[in-house]
Amino acid sequence: MSSRFRFPHVQMPPEATALRKEVREFLAEEIANGGFVPMADCWASAMSAEFSRKVGQRGWLGMTWDKKYGGHGRTFLERYVVTEEMLAAGAPVMAHWVADRQSGPQLIKNAEPEIRDAIIPRIVSGDCFCAIGMSEPNTGSDLASVATKAEKVEGGWKVNGTKLWSTGAHGCDYMITLLRTSPLDTSARHQGLSQFLIDLKAPGVDIRGIADIGGQVHFNETNFEDVFVPDDYVLGEVGGGWNMVVGELALERSGPERFLSTFIVLQEAMRLLVNNPTEQTKEVLGQVVAKIKTLRRMSLGIAGLLQEGASPEMEAALVKDMSTNFERELLEKLRKVLPQNILATSEGLLPGLLRDGILRVPSSTLRGGTNEVLKGMIARQLGMR
Amino acid sequence: MTETGNIIFDTANRIFDDLSTPEVINAAEEGEWPKALWQAIEESGLNLTWVPEANGGIGASLLDGFAVIKAAGAAALPVPLAETLMAGWLLSKAGLEVSSEPATVGLGEVQYVNGVLNGTINAVPGGRSAKQLVVVCKDGNDWLVAQMATDQCQIAAHNSLAGEPFDSITLSDVIPVQSGVLTGGMDADSVQAMGALIRCVQAAGALSAALELTIEYSMERVQFGRPIGKFQALQHSVAAFAGEVAAINAAADAAAEALSRADGVVDHEAWVEIATAKTRLEEAVNTGAAVAHQVHGAMGFTYEHRLHHLTRRLWSWRDEYGNDTVWAKRLGEEVLSWGADELWPKITAVSNA
Repeated sequence: MSSRFRFPHVQMPPEATALRKEVREFLAEEIANGGFVPMADCWASAMSAEFSRKVGQRGWLGMTWDKKYGGHGRTFLERYVVTEEMLAAGAPVMAHWVADRQSGPQLIKNAEPEIRDAIIPRIVSGDCFCAIGMSEPNTGSDLASVATKAEKVEGGWKVNGTKLWSTGAHGCDYMITLLRTSPLDTSARHQGLSQFLIDLKAPGVDIRGIADIGGQVHFNETNFEDVFVPDDYVLGEVGGGWNMVVGELALERSGPERFLSTFIVLQEAMRLLVNNPTEQTKEVLGQVVAKIKTLRRMSLGIAGLLQEGASPEMEAALVKDMSTNFERELLEKLRKVLPQNILATSEGLLPGLLRDGILRVPSSTLRGGTNEVLKGMIARQLGMR
Repeated sequence: MTETGNIIFDTANRIFDDLSTPEVINAAEEGEWPKALWQAIEESGLNLTWVPEANGGIGASLLDGFAVIKAAGAAALPVPLAETLMAGWLLSKAGLEVSSEPATVGLGEVQYVNGVLNGTINAVPGGRSAKQLVVVCKDGNDWLVAQMATDQCQIAAHNSLAGEPFDSITLSDVIPVQSGVLTGGMDADSVQAMGALIRCVQAAGALSAALELTIEYSMERVQFGRPIGKFQALQHSVAAFAGEVAAINAAADAAAEALSRADGVVDHEAWVEIATAKTRLEEAVNTGAAVAHQVHGAMGFTYEHRLHHLTRRLWSWRDEYGNDTVWAKRLGEEVLSWGADELWPKITAVSNA
């Protein structure tokens, strides 16, 4: 078993303690000053360019990236501390989330040096945000079926098609977009795909918000009509997009946002639950905290693997599957011990958090790879596929 | 693991592979003491894993010892090695001598008055297989650890779900062989927590082993013209099982490490980690045992198949030293004492992580 999935025990470096304190003080100050109101699912539904710039000014974006590219050269564990503190506080981190998590590392690895040097420092300062362009109207779990295409033209590429579910694209500067650069070969479906960095302000790009079941607009449909993308904006080799996407997905799935999206609901519910707790309340709290602590340990193990330089694709899939189920389970358990009709009260943050949490949580087990896809990956790692 | 730990671990696995066979385990359930197995354990000193070398033991670290306990769980070991190690741990925490005989710990209402022990302890794992019994009882303001021979007690035999001794032991004016005060600020609850931790570690091993059996069988068994493991429905069940195995290993390891940091004393931090692991164990066992049996089909439901050596132990361990309801409520009370504003700081405070 131990050889199938590896979760190394992580020892936080001493500097992480001071860093954690610094982040907590920053967040407490922001809340006190009205800088933000804690939100459930904050990393995918609370966008504030102003807040992201403050985070950048603090040196908390691009933390693990090499200093020579404008990053801060810190450890994955230090980045973990910052991200988990932001998530636990329900801070509005959505604007910078994707760029800091996966686009930056992708650009550092695969962008042309001039492009990289122009963009990375702006991501680090919290002035440049990125979106993901993977899914399409007819492409979800089966990513190799993307139909949005780039055709070679003089000096660049002409892009046509539609990308879907790009969280935060309406507030982003760029989209890293998976495109078909040669026709689908059904015997080699992963070939002929390439990743492009597309300027979302370019002519022919049309971004339209899509309301979710709560009536809120956080994700988008992006149409590309004869959008010209210069040659420099192709990432890595033409035709090498698939492996890049796989690497990016490992990062996308690896972090604490997969189990902490609803944590703020628990924290605020505790304010009520501490008064005359029932036996059921005690049991529920014990169960959910036991799960959070266990998931966090596994999640930290993934950060440890990233620090080792490994690509913890399989471990990330396993933890994301369990974690996202937990995000829903937490709300299901809490509603059993909270007062009836709590949504009809307007006291404190809890009613709003609970509503948002419940209405946002179906997304947890879909985004970044459905749990069914993840279970397929786990089965492959177990030697069953 | 330390270098000594690796040697001990390899030795343990070799002995368990050779001598904890399905036949031996079945015979043990019929009441036949696995003499060769215990003898090999004694000769290799595994029963004295945690006893310092100066006192005739191996002097392995706590974590090395837990690795042996995990391996014992994976091997469905039909002798009370884990109980013997626990008894040794308890004796050493009271500054007492540790014997090499099979031993167990009894947790229950025991009175200590005028140098003699009285009371009945139920559900003692290992019970009649053990030569030595260690109990904890109040002596004024102290918690006393007392050791006696099981021969000095009356034993009413009962069996656990795994068909292992789970006896009621009555002490009538028993004069202990040795006794001493429990150190480290520990009490009977601390001892129960140690038992819970040991069960979690054993279960982590047993669930890992059951997962391996399950994967193996799913790739061997052919139905509808292909191995059943090739069916997506089954793959998804096994993937969920793998997640549970990873989770209980993570939780059990975290608790063992917390105990190790506290030098073997169940301090508050170790207690919280143990409560976490024992609470988390329920779902791991429920899911793991259910999927293992579902995949093995009717074959795995037979006495002849070895799967039940693992699953029956898992179902028993799930309940021993406090079931998940008991532990979840205790952990919940702890969480309530933190309050909303300390919830996150407490979760992140543990183990400098």
